[in-house]
Amino acid sequence: MNNLLLVPVVAPFLIGTILILFKNHHRTQRVISAITAIIMLVFAFYITYEVYVNGIQTVELGTWVPPFGIVLVADLFAGLMVILSSIVGVVCLFFAFQTISPEREKFFFYPFYMYLLAGVHGAFLTGDLFNLFVFFEVMLIASYILIVHGGTKYQLRESFKYVVINVFASIFFIVGIAYIYGITGTLNMAQIAERVAELEQTGVLNAIAVLFLLVFGMKGALFPLYFWLPNSYFGPPSAIAALFGGLLTKVGIYAIIRTFTLIFVHDPGFTHNLILWLAAGTMFFGVLGAVAQFDFKRILSFHIISQVGYMALGLGLYSQLAIAGAIYYIAHHIIVKSALFLFCGATEKITGTTDLKKMSGLLKTYPVLGWLFLVTAISLAGIPPLSGFFSKFALILDGIDQGRYFIVFISLLVGILTLFSMMKIFIYVFWGEESLKGEQRNRPLMPLLMPILPLVALTVILGIGAEPIFSFSMEVAEQILEPSNYINAVLKE
Amino acid sequence: MELIMIFLIGIIFSVSTYLILTNSLLRVIFGIVMLSHGAHLLLLTLSGFNDGAPPLLGEEASVYMDPLPQALILTAIVISFGVTAFLLVLGYRTYRAHETDKMDQLRGNADE
Repeated sequence: MNNLLLVPVVAPFLIGTILILFKNHHRTQRVISAITAIIMLVFAFYITYEVYVNGIQTVELGTWVPPFGIVLVADLFAGLMVILSSIVGVVCLFFAFQTISPEREKFFFYPFYMYLLAGVHGAFLTGDLFNLFVFFEVMLIASYILIVHGGTKYQLRESFKYVVINVFASIFFIVGIAYIYGITGTLNMAQIAERVAELEQTGVLNAIAVLFLLVFGMKGALFPLYFWLPNSYFGPPSAIAALFGGLLTKVGIYAIIRTFTLIFVHDPGFTHNLILWLAAGTMFFGVLGAVAQFDFKRILSFHIISQVGYMALGLGLYSQLAIAGAIYYIAHHIIVKSALFLFCGATEKITGTTDLKKMSGLLKTYPVLGWLFLVTAISLAGIPPLSGFFSKFALILDGIDQGRYFIVFISLLVGILTLFSMMKIFIYVFWGEESLKGEQRNRPLMPLLMPILPLVALTVILGIGAEPIFSFSMEVAEQILEPSNYINAVLKE
Repeated sequence: MELIMIFLIGIIFSVSTYLILTNSLLRVIFGIVMLSHGAHLLLLTLSGFNDGAPPLLGEEASVYMDPLPQALILTAIVISFGVTAFLLVLGYRTYRAHETDKMDQLRGNADE
């Protein structure tokens, strides 16, 4: 019993509701939401510390004993994800202060920002399949509103498709829950894991596993279900796109890793091989999309897809090293991708466009922005001293160990193509003849840069401090590869 | 009873698939609504229709109904109700902004 776990879920929800009362006072809203986000970050660190010292923490809502009541569970993986999402939550909030117009702020931007965080944290912490669905919905409904917020013609059109696709996936989530409830008679993930172990996973349980893979794959943008992502992330302002790019697909990936290391682990020859091939497709086709684009935001959106592939690759290889690599990769990706979207927002604020062909030579006027972007970009591509390298290195090492040479080849190829398209952005935006006019030269850069700096610092720290951080992700992987830890902690046997 | 329900759910799913694949915004929304009804019925059906007394403490009955699926469906219905309301508003705003409800005209690139 540890009531602290409720804070990351309940606090943003309550504060979000309070913020609705301050509809016309956007300064008050800013202050309250900033304080909440920072406090949540502190609590996220404290919860993970608690888990690290005392083992997996649970809280039973209403003191109903686990198989019957609702439980929130924090293991190291969930704690790490809550920390990462809180960091992105704080940073994107401060960037939103600089870039979101007051008209948008008045239309309940901050309340839904808080609801989104509540849903994301809830999805990470829940120990119950149906509550996973509910928190997914909380998160998605907030995201529907944030993605259409502002209501431009483009946003309305693409958001409609985004909403329909996600509602469709949610309905199939209910179908999956119906099947698994019909077969195991429970919804508590720990108890489902026990029952599936007794039933032996064949036939219909494999079908359910594929159904869940379909549902979470649609939310997490796995091949071939990623088609909705680039268009819908192009619409909203960069602060929101950074939040989405950092968090939303990772919730889908988190759900895949959680269910496929806890519940559907008894037939890895079928399920995990399938994930491996989907990962290869995701990486390859995602990066091909990125290479073909000439728009800052679209290139970044396609890169989300190709990098989700690396995380799925770690799960597909299904060994301690590979899963540790995937976890390291998730941490690296959330930080770097949010930073890149914020860079995109900063250049958009300066030049007024995200089209690569319409801007050039920003490096002369804004050198700091350019070089920091370069650091983040090569970190994404996986150049050694930065965080992208070590996570990919673990995955590739394990792939070679297991003799999966084709997949290793694809992931190396994708690394090169990633580097190519990041360099394309750098060359088009920052090199060449300066094209800035008039007041575009004198925009104050520091307010835009301040929120991005911590993220750039983090990616450097993750790279230079790879040794302790990698051993931490090995511990996380060890914990999630031993489902009995989780089951015993929840069911108290 | 289960067999009839399964056939009914099959029909609902196929009708909603047809509706989602049509060319009109409103029909897509109707399709989504139908599909969520089908999913809720499936949840109710798969948890079993065994006859029994209401699950009340203190009433001595030999067989009880399973109350959990009904609680789950209640939650799911509320969620799908909210999402449907949002979809209808979004569909209306899209229709007003683009002055068409044909899905094949709602495409193109960012620079209008």
